[in-house]
Amino acid sequence: MITLDINGKKYEVDVDPEVPLVWVIREYLGLTGTKFGCGVGLCGSCTVHLDGKAQRSCITTVGSVQGSKIITIEGIPEDHPIKRAWIEEQVPQCGYCQPGQIMQATAFLSENPNPTEEKIVSAMQGNLCRCGTYPLIKQAIKRAAKEVRKR
Amino acid sequence: MNSPLTRRQFLQKSLTFAGLTIAVSSTPLGYRIVKAEDLIKTPGLFNPNAWIEIKPDNEINIIVNKSEMGQGVCTSLPMIVADELDADWKFVRFVEAPAGERYGDPGWGGQQLTGGSTSIRHMYEPLRKAGASARKMLLQAAAETWKVPLSECIASKSTVRHSKNGRTLTYGDLAEKASGLSIPTSVTLKKESQFTIIGKPLSRLDIPLKVEGKAQFGIDTLIPGRLYAAIARPPAYGAKPLSYDEEAAMKVPGVHRVLTISRGVAVCADTLDAAWKARDGLQVKWDKGSQPDLDNQTLEMSLMESLKEKGLIAKSIGDVKSGLSQSARNIEATYILPYLAHVTMEPMNCTAHVREDQCEIWVPTQNQTGVLAMAEKITGFQRDRIQVHTTYLGGGFGRRAFTDYTEEALEISKATGKPIKLIWTREEDIKNDFYRPGNSCLIQGGIDKKGNPIAWSQRIAVQSVFAHFAPQMIKNGIDPQAVEGAADMEYEIPNLLVEYVRIDNPIPVGFWRSVGNSENAFTKESFVDELAIAAKKDPLEFRLSLLKNHAASRRVLETVARMAGWGRPLKKGNGRGIAFHSSFGSRVAEVAEVSVDKKEGTIQVHRVVCAIDCGSYVNPAIIKANVTGAIIMGLSAALMEKVDFSNGGVASSNFYNYQEIRMDKIPEIEVHIVKSKETIGGIGEPGLPPIAPAVANGVFNAIGTRIRRLPMNPETVLQAIQKA
Repeated sequence: MITLDINGKKYEVDVDPEVPLVWVIREYLGLTGTKFGCGVGLCGSCTVHLDGKAQRSCITTVGSVQGSKIITIEGIPEDHPIKRAWIEEQVPQCGYCQPGQIMQATAFLSENPNPTEEKIVSAMQGNLCRCGTYPLIKQAIKRAAKEVRKR
Repeated sequence: MNSPLTRRQFLQKSLTFAGLTIAVSSTPLGYRIVKAEDLIKTPGLFNPNAWIEIKPDNEINIIVNKSEMGQGVCTSLPMIVADELDADWKFVRFVEAPAGERYGDPGWGGQQLTGGSTSIRHMYEPLRKAGASARKMLLQAAAETWKVPLSECIASKSTVRHSKNGRTLTYGDLAEKASGLSIPTSVTLKKESQFTIIGKPLSRLDIPLKVEGKAQFGIDTLIPGRLYAAIARPPAYGAKPLSYDEEAAMKVPGVHRVLTISRGVAVCADTLDAAWKARDGLQVKWDKGSQPDLDNQTLEMSLMESLKEKGLIAKSIGDVKSGLSQSARNIEATYILPYLAHVTMEPMNCTAHVREDQCEIWVPTQNQTGVLAMAEKITGFQRDRIQVHTTYLGGGFGRRAFTDYTEEALEISKATGKPIKLIWTREEDIKNDFYRPGNSCLIQGGIDKKGNPIAWSQRIAVQSVFAHFAPQMIKNGIDPQAVEGAADMEYEIPNLLVEYVRIDNPIPVGFWRSVGNSENAFTKESFVDELAIAAKKDPLEFRLSLLKNHAASRRVLETVARMAGWGRPLKKGNGRGIAFHSSFGSRVAEVAEVSVDKKEGTIQVHRVVCAIDCGSYVNPAIIKANVTGAIIMGLSAALMEKVDFSNGGVASSNFYNYQEIRMDKIPEIEVHIVKSKETIGGIGEPGLPPIAPAVANGVFNAIGTRIRRLPMNPETVLQAIQKA
C-alpha cells in the first residue's frame, strides 16, 4: 500500500511503487485535472507541487513521494491570483496544457513575487502549449504578480 | 451503470420540460427552422443541428454541433443565437451536441464535422435565423397574453416589455406559451448596428472550467469496469508481426487478453501500467514492411525527382510558355518542405464500450459522422444503437478528423465486451499521425522591362490528402488541397500555370492546420518576393500592383504595412519581411521583423504584425487568440518542426526529437482586424500560412540570403548562407 497526501487529503493506493505519479493521480484516484503529455518530463502538462516545488509527475514514481505534500490543480484555490489572472486574461484555448502551466506559474510566483520578463520566460520554458497561448500566459503572470504585491 | 439512451429517447427526454425548443434542420436544399416537438411527430423528416432550449427558469441552453478544440465555438456559436434572440447573456449555457444526423452541418451536406475554418461561416446564418425565430415567437406569446398588437412588444435581455404601459414578462414566463405557436414563416434579421452581443469580446464560457482543471477531455473519461488497452504497433509502414510472446504478456498481473487487431497486437489489463508492461513483454518481431528503404534521404530524392515530371494542369491562364519567352528576365526557384506532425497536447485516446446490442463511445473528435460510420462498420449496429459523447478536445488542428484511434478502442471492446480505455503514448502519437505531407515546388517567373511579372509557372509535387479520406473530392486527378492557395492565387498575372504532380508512398497524410495553404503560401509568397527583388521593387508595392482588382486584399496589406511601420528605418542587422495569403475566406497579411546570427544560423523573430479581414465577425477576442495561436504554430513549423523517417517508418518520437517552439522564441505579436463588408470568413487557420514566408522574406531583407527549405533551423540557414 502506498500512502499519499494530495491536496491535504490522505489516500491509500495499492499500486506498484514504480508507477509514475501522474497515472496514480489520474487513473487510480480520479483527479483528472493533472494531464499526461509526454511521459518524459518535456512538456509540463503533468506538473504538480511536491512540497511546494513544481515537479513533473510523469517522471516521478509514486513510491518516491510518500510523505510529501502533493498539490494538484484541484488544490489551488479558485481565488488564487494566478487562477484569477488566467480568467481575466482569457488564457486557455483548448485548455489541455493549462493545469500544468498554472501549477508551474503558481510555484514560480510564490518564490518570485516580483518577476522580470526573463525570469518568467525561464520558469515557463518547460511548459509547451500547442495552441500558442504563450503571450497571454506571460501577461497573466504579470497581472497576478501585481495583485500579489498589492495584497 | 445506466444503459445509454437511444438518440430518439434523448430527443424525447430533452422535450420533457415545459419550454420552447427551436431547431435548425438540414434539408436537401439547405436548412429550415423547426420546433423540436415537430420532429417527434414526423420522425426522419428533419435533421436539426442546432437547438435553442428556453426553460421556465429563464435558462437558455444552446446546443453546439461543433467540437470545442480551443477555437472558441462553445462561446461564439451561442453568441450568434443569443444576439438575434435578444437573450440576456448571463442565462446562456452551451451543451455539446451528441453525434447524429440531427446535428449535421448544412454547409457540409449534413455531416457533423469541425474543420476547414467553417464553424462560423456555415452556422452564422442558420443560427441567426433560429434565434430570430424564437424571439418572434416569444414576442407573439407576449402580445397574445396581453392582448395587444405585436408592434407594441419589445424584446431585450430575455424580457418582453409592453411599450405602452411598461409591464414585462421574461422569456422564461413566455416559453411554454411560445412553444404552442408555430414557427414564423419569415423573420427579419438585425442590422449590424443593432447587434448587442455579436462583435463584442465576451469572455469564453469554457475558460473557468479549464482553469479549475474540471473540463472533461477524452482522456479524462473514467468508466467503471473499464480495462486499459495498449497496442504494440509496427515500426515500419506495412510491417506484419512475425512472432510475439503472448505468455510473457499474460504473466503480468492484471492482464486479461492479448489479441491482434488491424494495426498491431493489443493487450488489455486492469490498469494502464499493467497494459504497458505487458505490451513491452510481447517483444513483437516485425517484418520489414512495405518500403524498408524509406527514410529522409529517399523521401527527399523522390520529392525532387517528381519535379522533373510534367504535372496535371490545375490552373492555366494565358500562355505561360510564350509569357516566359517574352520576359525581359526569368528567374527560377525550387523549394522543399518537410513532413509535419500535429502533436496535439492531448494524445489520441478513446473510451468505447461495445455491448450485445448497442455501443457507447467517449471521444475527442472533430468528426462525429466519421465516428458513427466507423462504429457502424465495426459493430454492425444501426446508428440509433450507437451513442457518441464528444468531450473537450485537447487540440485538434485536423488530426482528430481521423477515426483511427476510435477504431482501435472499438475493435478491442468488441472482442472483450468490456469498456476499453485506450491512451496513446506521445511516441505512438508522433509515430502514427496523418502528417502534413512533404512538398517540393518549382516556380519559374518572368518579368517584363518595366519589372511587371508576366508569367508564373508553378509545379507542386506532394501526396494527396484526399486520396484516402475523401477520394470523391479529387477531380481529374487533382486534389484541390494540394494546389490550394496557388491555383487560386489572387495575384493578377497574365500568364499563369499551376501543375500538380501526385506523389505516392505509404506515409499517411492528413489535414494539418490550413492544409495545402501552409505549404503553397510559403512557396508563392517567397517567390513573389524573389520576383520583386529581381524587378528592383519594394515587396509591398510589388504585391499591391498585382492586386488591382482586389481592393479588400490591398487594404489588408496596407493596414499591416502601416501598423508594422513598413519602410521605416530598422535597427542595424534587422530585416523586415511581408507576406499575404487568403485562405478559408479570409485575407491575411503579416510582417515579421527578424535578425539572424550568421555564425550560429539562428533566426530571431522580434515582432510579428498581422492584419486580417474576415468580413463580419462574432468575437474579436477569440479571433485575436486564434490568429495569434496560428502565427505561433506556423512559426514553430517554420523554424524547427520536421518529422524524420528511417528504416521504412517514423524515427521521430517525442519532444526531444520533434522540437516545438517554446516561450523564449515567442515574438511580440499584434493582430489587427480590418473591418469590411466582405462575406464572413474563417478564423482557425488563415493566420498560419503567411508567417513562414514573412520570416523567410525578413531573413533575405536582413542578410541577403534566400531560404527555400523548411524548417529554417540552424542547419538550413547555415547551408543557405554558404551556398549564397
